[in-house]
Amino acid sequence: MSLRSNVLDLRKRKKEVQKGGGDKAIEKQAAMGKLTARERILALLDKNSFHEYDLFVEHAAKDFGMEGKTLHGDGVIIGTGTIYNKPVCIFAQDFTVAGGSLGLMHARKITKIMDHALKMRVPLIGINDSGGARIQEGVNSLAGYGEIFFRNTLASGVIPQISVILGPCAGGAVYSPALTDFVFVVENISKMFITGPSVIKSVLGEEISMEELGGAKVHAEITGNAHFYAETELECFEQIKTLISYIPRSNLKKALAHKPKAPLKGKAIDDIVPVDPRIPYDMRELIRSITDGSEFFEVMEGFAPNIIIGFGRMDGETVGFVANQPMVLAGVLDCDSSDKAARFIRYCDAFNIPIVTMEDLPGYLPGVDQEHAGVIRHGAKILYAYSEATVPKITVIVRKAYGGGYIAMNSRHLRADFVFAWPTAEIAVMGPEGAANIVFRKEISEAENPEQMRQLKIQEYKEKFANPYVAAAQGYIDEVIEPGETRSRVLHALQVSENKTASMPSKKHGIPPF
Amino acid sequence: MEDQKELKNLIIQGAVYKTTYTKKFENRENYETPNENLIYSFIPGTIVDIFVKTNQKVKEGETLLLLEAMKMENQVRMPFDGVIVKIHIKKDEIIPKRHLMLEIKPA
Repeated sequence: MSLRSNVLDLRKRKKEVQKGGGDKAIEKQAAMGKLTARERILALLDKNSFHEYDLFVEHAAKDFGMEGKTLHGDGVIIGTGTIYNKPVCIFAQDFTVAGGSLGLMHARKITKIMDHALKMRVPLIGINDSGGARIQEGVNSLAGYGEIFFRNTLASGVIPQISVILGPCAGGAVYSPALTDFVFVVENISKMFITGPSVIKSVLGEEISMEELGGAKVHAEITGNAHFYAETELECFEQIKTLISYIPRSNLKKALAHKPKAPLKGKAIDDIVPVDPRIPYDMRELIRSITDGSEFFEVMEGFAPNIIIGFGRMDGETVGFVANQPMVLAGVLDCDSSDKAARFIRYCDAFNIPIVTMEDLPGYLPGVDQEHAGVIRHGAKILYAYSEATVPKITVIVRKAYGGGYIAMNSRHLRADFVFAWPTAEIAVMGPEGAANIVFRKEISEAENPEQMRQLKIQEYKEKFANPYVAAAQGYIDEVIEPGETRSRVLHALQVSENKTASMPSKKHGIPPF
Repeated sequence: MEDQKELKNLIIQGAVYKTTYTKKFENRENYETPNENLIYSFIPGTIVDIFVKTNQKVKEGETLLLLEAMKMENQVRMPFDGVIVKIHIKKDEIIPKRHLMLEIKPA
């Protein structure tokens, strides 16, 4: 045999294996509106950048008639490539091969690429499309999942981990995505649940469709398991690329800076925010008015929309934004919004991304449902996350900053580096209406016209306390600024904070109120 | 998107805020103080057996019925000494969660 014929033989072997589950299975995949694992990788990564490993791995199942079967690549593709020229490690489960089921070798391929990602300090992207454990392989497939979960945890906070749910991801399999930083779902394609509709029906008699139980929308809006929702796989890949452009390669690096851009000339900043603190506006407009190119990449848009989290750039550098949204539930903190913000703050802190907090909230959401759902321990997460974060932390108080909400939203007391307040800011234990009712209860009840007295006292309280100057007099806020100065003041604060050094007491780890 | 939604009122500490609601907020359940005289199913399942009759006197801790769910037979017991007022279920009936099974009253 000549070298040439060896090469031809190699090519033939590769071509055969790369067909995955074969033409019929590929047709089926297409009929479900899904790309194949290989198509997905090629669509996501930079052109010609994908390099595959373990193509020739064979499955290890010996029982239930599996020994004679060939499963190309054992149902998963692993490799490395680049996105915007930044290296990534990737695996994609191949549903056309035995339903993408996870056996010993399948898991071993995934853990191999995970180990690479962690060792080389590059992001890991996992594309999930699998029927679950390969039952014929018994406990070996459970071992496989366990090895994956363990590595997810080791890598957490060291390298970015991204999960893309492009098919079923059920039972134990869901816990790998749940342990990663960002989960992407696509309408009609993603399905995530611990127990499926048939089990629920047989055991509990409850009937529900797969889509209603664990479809993309459910996870993007109700459970909070997903961070990004797309209508098509291609849209999803664009979202992943955008995310990659904002985040650093690992916790040892800073995100790559882009060319600085000015915000677009939109509405004047004064026109976005109504002076009356009870009238809402879209906080995203305010964020966009200060970011480079007015770009803002929102995370978890559909879940707990009363708080906004996401990435933008200022002077080319990535910034994480956390902001109350007066347009939804008046921007209150509650169980879900606290969870959402707290995890994002920890993400930014782990990956050296400064946090800018835009504050406008009336406090915590009242209600038995909230109290019984544990708003105390959920709300505590946000305090914990801000307090332990050592990245630059800058706060802009736009209007309301009442009570516990004021403390929680990156106040000076949790070691904010810079706190700015607009002249419209109201920093107080509670809003004027509630405070007047308590402080002046006697005067109001004894007045000839109690309602008139109440209004008078509300006004009095407003003038005395519902402003930024009381807090400014204490030095709790660093400066009262004009709305139009917001970008320049925040930019300068970020610049000054670039070499910030702060540390937590030495410990194995804290005990956050999970 | 939210701009097109109709603004609603949310009252927090006496102040009325104009805002929109989330689906979760709209669907939240209003709290009701539990009535100790009503025994509801705590899990969906099948009534395997009923051991009591209307007007029967029952001591605290006695088993009233068996509710099978998740392959387990759950014994539903009397929470205090009392009387069975009304039985709302039949043997072999499949019931959802929070389904009223029995009415009782203290003796």
